[in-house]
Amino acid sequence: MELVVASSVAALTAGGVYLILRMRAFAVIVGLALLSYAVNVFIFASGRLVVNEPPILDKYGDGIYTDPLPQALVLTAIVISFGMTAVLVMIALGSYLESGDDRIDLDGPRTDAEDGAQ
Amino acid sequence: MTSGGNFLIIIALLPFIGALVPGVMIRAGRNACAIFTAAPTLLALTMLLILAPRVMNGEVVHDEFVWMPQIGLSASFMLDGLGLLFAGMILGVGLLIILYARFYLSGEDPMGQFYTYLLLFQGAMLGIVLSDNILLLLIFWELTSLSSFLLIGYWKHLPEGRQGARMALAVTGAGGLAMIGGMLILGNIVGSFNLSDILQAGDAIRASEWYMPALILILLGAFTKSAQFPFHFWLPHAMAAPTPVSAYLHSATMVKAGVFLMARMWPVLSGTDAWFYIVATTGLVTMVLGALIALFKDDLKALLAFSTVSHLGLLTMLLGFGTEAAALAAVFHIINHLTFKAALFMTAGIIDHETHTRDIKRLGGLRRLMPVTFVIGTVAALSMAGIPLFNGFLSKEMMLEEASHTEWWQNPWIVPALATLGALLSVAYSLRFIAHVFFGPVRDDYPSKPHDPPAGMWASPAFLAVLVILIGVMPVLVEPLVIVAADAVTGGLDYAPHLKIWHGVTPALWMSGIAVLGGIILLALHAPLDRLWLATPRPEAKSIFDRLVGGTVALSRAISERSHNGAISRYLAIFVVTTVISGYLAWRGGGMPVQTRGMIPIPPVVWVGWMLLLVATISVVLMHRDRFRTLVVIGIIGLMISVGFVYLSAPDLALTQISVETVTIMLLLLALHYIPKTSPVESSGGRRFRDAVIAIAAGAGVGGLAYAFMLRDVETISEYHLANSYTGGGGTNVVNVILVDFRGYDTYGEIIVLGIAGLTIYALLEALLAGPAGRRLRNTDYSTDRSKDRHPLMMVVATRLMLPIAAMVGIFIFLRGHNEPGGGFVAGLVISIALLMQYMASGFAWTQARQRIEYHAMIGTGVVIAGLTGAGAWLAGKPFLTSAFGYVHLPPIEEFELATAALFDLGVFLTVLGAVMLMLYSLSRIARYAGETINVEPMDYDPSDRVSQARKEE
Repeated sequence: MELVVASSVAALTAGGVYLILRMRAFAVIVGLALLSYAVNVFIFASGRLVVNEPPILDKYGDGIYTDPLPQALVLTAIVISFGMTAVLVMIALGSYLESGDDRIDLDGPRTDAEDGAQ
Repeated sequence: MTSGGNFLIIIALLPFIGALVPGVMIRAGRNACAIFTAAPTLLALTMLLILAPRVMNGEVVHDEFVWMPQIGLSASFMLDGLGLLFAGMILGVGLLIILYARFYLSGEDPMGQFYTYLLLFQGAMLGIVLSDNILLLLIFWELTSLSSFLLIGYWKHLPEGRQGARMALAVTGAGGLAMIGGMLILGNIVGSFNLSDILQAGDAIRASEWYMPALILILLGAFTKSAQFPFHFWLPHAMAAPTPVSAYLHSATMVKAGVFLMARMWPVLSGTDAWFYIVATTGLVTMVLGALIALFKDDLKALLAFSTVSHLGLLTMLLGFGTEAAALAAVFHIINHLTFKAALFMTAGIIDHETHTRDIKRLGGLRRLMPVTFVIGTVAALSMAGIPLFNGFLSKEMMLEEASHTEWWQNPWIVPALATLGALLSVAYSLRFIAHVFFGPVRDDYPSKPHDPPAGMWASPAFLAVLVILIGVMPVLVEPLVIVAADAVTGGLDYAPHLKIWHGVTPALWMSGIAVLGGIILLALHAPLDRLWLATPRPEAKSIFDRLVGGTVALSRAISERSHNGAISRYLAIFVVTTVISGYLAWRGGGMPVQTRGMIPIPPVVWVGWMLLLVATISVVLMHRDRFRTLVVIGIIGLMISVGFVYLSAPDLALTQISVETVTIMLLLLALHYIPKTSPVESSGGRRFRDAVIAIAAGAGVGGLAYAFMLRDVETISEYHLANSYTGGGGTNVVNVILVDFRGYDTYGEIIVLGIAGLTIYALLEALLAGPAGRRLRNTDYSTDRSKDRHPLMMVVATRLMLPIAAMVGIFIFLRGHNEPGGGFVAGLVISIALLMQYMASGFAWTQARQRIEYHAMIGTGVVIAGLTGAGAWLAGKPFLTSAFGYVHLPPIEEFELATAALFDLGVFLTVLGAVMLMLYSLSRIARYAGETINVEPMDYDPSDRVSQARKEE
């Protein structure tokens, strides 16, 4: 099971890194979303993998539970990463509407830049 | 060592508190403003005088306010003889300056600001001399640099003022940085940052191998502050400040801070060859050089500035000698220099104020026109020259006495000769001040007709001039203060000194005589010497400094332009590569523990999910240019991760992930409407290959790390949470109890962040739509890619039916959250999805018209509810966010639980709901600008339309 989780994290990280190295805001946002998945799963996995023992206290259970702490951390991380994505989307959108393209680098010539500056 | 009943803390804080007042009081008039500035100063001085008798009896008063004992930070203050002397000078002269400035500043100057800066500076200075903790001292040290920057640049309209202020800040600030390093080394050697401990550890410090670096760094701080050669150049440029500032900062207080520090550290740092050669030599050079330049300055304040540099050099040299008698002379000279130099600055200010010029060559003959000023100026200048019966004579004699038997590199002549030369030059420029300003014929070309100023203006220098004569005639008056301060510097004098005027015919008397005679001769020859001086080329400190600053700026600009070229993909690549390499190096370094866990077997169905996830990820990468399809595929990834969470015992995470997934996709879809639907191919094949290599390396690194991590056990604190969840937090869903109880503070912070993100988006959009982007939106035609049937009947009906059901589910998830999977986060997301469906199906305006509660208010209410719930614990005397719970039995309902944590969770719920809605609502608001029409009817669908259309077609 560990191999499955680790390879998924690896794939998501690789995909995310490749995408954040692209030059368009949209790809970077998607890349960051992939990276968020990877990081969340990574933190979650740091509590070790346990099957069928959710951290819900049960008087009649076997007394074994998975580690609840990383879960609590990841839960808020998921919600916060949504907030972050939303802000990024808004900035990218603003930048596109202002300047006429959604390139993220400043080194290339801007198309339509004068139009936005007026 | 006795407690001061917190008096010291109050003394140090009073000026800072008082600084808030003058800026406001200026509305009540200039006199009221000055009085309210004097009040805290006077109060602090009174408190100091109450403590003074104890210090004079040899006690050391201590007051401490413990702050962070773990890292040795506490606001501890100490008052010994040296501190008393300096604090008395700072507050006493402060009072005189406040009075003087009241009359000096003109009606156009913002006087409230001036007094505020002055009090800030006074507080910082007091902090330096009263601190018992060197870290605290450093903070106050930097504060003096900052507040003096404000004071020097007070006349903002003068370029010299601004440049002088910048230069002073750069030089003293840089020295301050060096001193921080030195002080930290010192603290490390001793193991304590308390001055009292450090002063006891002199032997250990001098023996340490870190003594030299610490010494040099601390001296850099002291030398820059006290304008020692080669850092002396900032002081004359700081003379662009108003004269009260020059009199206060540049004669009495700030420039003495360096001297104070050397005196403070004297028992610890002095007594070595390094100390003698660095400090005494620097002081000697500064003394002679400063005096020489002063002689040829025509600007009254520049003359005084260089004379101050020279006298500071004298003090430094005396401390550098390292003998107790020299330290005693230094302490005495600090007092004397203060009295005559502050009086002289104020005199120069008066002359400038009355004649509108400070150029000595345009002055002369003022003796008859300004008799009061003449008397004050002459008394002070004679003291500066070191003429008997004035106080400057006494300490100068002591200095010459010490110099007369000091050997430098086994040469017995060099120090006495140079000291005499310094004294001689000092006599010359002092007498020049008197002769060329006050004597000579009355001229008829003064820029303004001079006369004596009002009494309020000359009262302060007159008071100091009286002190000059009193001390000069009866040095026994200040003897106890000098001795107690010198005791504090040296750690206890070995002999009982006696200050007197006549010491008999000593070498010092001869040297003094030579100095006076030589000075008079030099003054007589001033005119030809001045021509020679002007003809000689000299290095100009300001241009060197400017070139240095310019070079530094150019260098840092070159570095930042090369490393920070605006290509964010480049930064990200550098960052990722660096991280991967560091991770690799750490792994190569070894130290990985052995594997302690086995693998959990993988059932076949998991492979299916894994395959889906992998294929989806690869597809996202491969077709990220087709933006719409990317969004569809990314949904699969989120779904697979949710399923994974379910399988791996994390139901709460699964619920959260799947609802966040939904809103994220909606958000991106909404945004995609306004940005291009495809990305062009931009990067070359080589670059794509390079990026792929980086990405694969990063992925392999992170995956390997995760794998290694999962197969090893570590100690965690999770057991505590499992054990105390029910008994301490009253819930069986441990994850939820952690969120709302154990780590409630974190959650509280997180919902605030989320709320801020929501508000940020709203604000960004407001700004965006008001600008050119709004116009662009209005002028863009989006009608081509719009659906003909914007609000399909089936969807409208279905979402309307689903709203109450979805709301019910949300409430259910919220209520069960404490004991079963669910809680405020998930419930907030579920309800926002239910609401979003209405926006999507029935249109923005229709839904908006039915919205009763503002989302902003919802965010605020949520945060306030969570905060108040947390604060409620204070009422029970518990720390913030301690939860309470109890079980209630209300027939006929079953027993149920009431917990404050549920109320906190309600705050979380409201904030999440408000923030998510505000974000998506903001995005959809763009549609209004893009010219979308508003549907007035509940549904866009009008069957009669279709009937009439069908008829037409027939």
